[in-house]
Amino acid sequence: MAATARSCGREEKEAGEPQVANGEGGSGPGPTIWPIGFAVGIVCILAGLIVSPVAVAAGVIIAAIFGFLWAREATREYRGTTDHAAPEPEAAAGPADAPGRGPVPEPSMIPPRALEEDEDDRYPRSVFLEGSTLGLAALIGGLVTLPVLGFVVLPSFQDQEYPDVNLGPLDNFPESKWIITTFFRDPTAGEVDHRVAYIRNNGNLSFTIISNRCAHLGCPVQPNGLVAENQRKTIRVIQNQKRSAVTLTPAAPSGFGCPCHGGQYDLEGNRTAGPPVRALDRYEYSIVSRNLVLNKPYSVAHVYGTGADAKIKAYPLTGPGQHVDGAESWLYPIQPPGR
Amino acid sequence: MPPLPTRNREPSKAMQLVMYPLDWLEERSGLVGGTKYFLFRNVPRDSGWFHTLGSATLTAFIVQALTGVVLAMYYRPTPEGAYASIQYITNDLTLGWLVRGMHRWGASVFIILLFFHAARVFIFGAYKYPRELNWIVGVTLLILGMLEGFTGYLLPWDQTAYWATVVGINLNGTAPFVGEFLSQFLRAGAEINADTLTRFYALHMLLIPGALIGLILLHLYLVVRLGVTSPPWSEEAAGRKRPEPEAQPNGRTGLVQPAPRGGYKR
Repeated sequence: MAATARSCGREEKEAGEPQVANGEGGSGPGPTIWPIGFAVGIVCILAGLIVSPVAVAAGVIIAAIFGFLWAREATREYRGTTDHAAPEPEAAAGPADAPGRGPVPEPSMIPPRALEEDEDDRYPRSVFLEGSTLGLAALIGGLVTLPVLGFVVLPSFQDQEYPDVNLGPLDNFPESKWIITTFFRDPTAGEVDHRVAYIRNNGNLSFTIISNRCAHLGCPVQPNGLVAENQRKTIRVIQNQKRSAVTLTPAAPSGFGCPCHGGQYDLEGNRTAGPPVRALDRYEYSIVSRNLVLNKPYSVAHVYGTGADAKIKAYPLTGPGQHVDGAESWLYPIQPPGR
Repeated sequence: MPPLPTRNREPSKAMQLVMYPLDWLEERSGLVGGTKYFLFRNVPRDSGWFHTLGSATLTAFIVQALTGVVLAMYYRPTPEGAYASIQYITNDLTLGWLVRGMHRWGASVFIILLFFHAARVFIFGAYKYPRELNWIVGVTLLILGMLEGFTGYLLPWDQTAYWATVVGINLNGTAPFVGEFLSQFLRAGAEINADTLTRFYALHMLLIPGALIGLILLHLYLVVRLGVTSPPWSEEAAGRKRPEPEAQPNGRTGLVQPAPRGGYKR
């Protein structure tokens, strides 16, 4: 088969014949665009698994269409020879139109084996068996791999929302004083879920609640200034029907600084020096039966004004080191879902 | 004068005892011949100490693998138990300090040797045709080796380990477009949690070492198949002798270089 095609191709070139009708070269499949579309479909499916089921459906359709077209393209040679209704690419360019069997190149140009070839041999049973064995193996491999891959990847992107955290009675936060507050996001998870927020009561039920996660690479920022360790108190709270502990330590910071790479922030969390790319993250809060409750954290580019008068544009919570505004934020268009 | 021993002598009983199982194995597998081929293959005459860096790296890897397996018998990858189990290994178990020290310092040795070996290959030009693929495999090994360092660093679960991993993961997070997805995958969630530790443990002791072993075998196969390169100053490089420099009327060779005594012979 291949020998025939190749020898025809060579003959074409030597004879200087014009290119064949459908623009195909002599032998082998030409370059096609279908695999790219197929890959786009697969990417769409994978992204859709995380983002939305609609994208999965779109990806399946895209992949199916392009996969079908790709397979058609790739098997054109096989089908072209078995299907006599469609003339072979070489047919149009064949120099001699032999009657009956279609155009045949000059016998001297092709090996004798190709002339004797029968239609029966052109799609032999062995090729079918090879293809079906490989296809079956790919199917089994896919059936095994896909669920495992989903198990590895998907749990990281599901149910990541931040639970509300009860920080205890409002009386523990005296007006215009900073309180270093440590708490557990999930009381049952243990020390690994320990978190810290810097809280200032601005009066009139307004609070400034700053996360201690540095906006550079996520180290814990420290208060620059006195920390009244001797006035630390631990209070017991009930959080999501579970017992939890919150520690409250008064402090008199003049700003916040990160021990890892030296990022510095002022009391509103705005960057004043060092490598951080934005201001410190903040927490939404609510007041439930005279208890201060932390809600979701959010990211901040810059805080204008101070205390209760601060003007803040809240961005969805973004990883450290990522810009939330300006041209650099185009590098981080999508944040992972589930939080 | 006693007669010289001849090669065709009947082997002694002790020799037969040693050879019998080896012959048995060889006849059924060819493994003895294969090992001999690997160990006693020809290398260029002027390969030297620089060429041992690869084997040194391999030895460092084997040390890491063996000590790692032993440490895994005592280590507990849970947030509550990890630090305590490391203290137990280091302070209470007999020779635990030694085995943990070998693994901890051996990790640095492995990475350093990887870089030395890569530098040797680069400076000798040993990455050139037909050995490009082996260079690619080697770079992959280097990356996997550094991933081993990254994942292993978290396992002691102390403050250094924790915050170094936080920073490392967030560094990955700053990669454009996909960074945050990568770091959330590494963290097994939006924040570091108990699953992060077990995930890093599984990566550190199962997935990456498996990949390393497979790629090391491929690396060695390619070394044996393609042969060892001579150093750049070799007379035998590219399989031919350099011509003796022709003496010029002024007694110099080449452009400006004085003729070394005895040509290029060293």
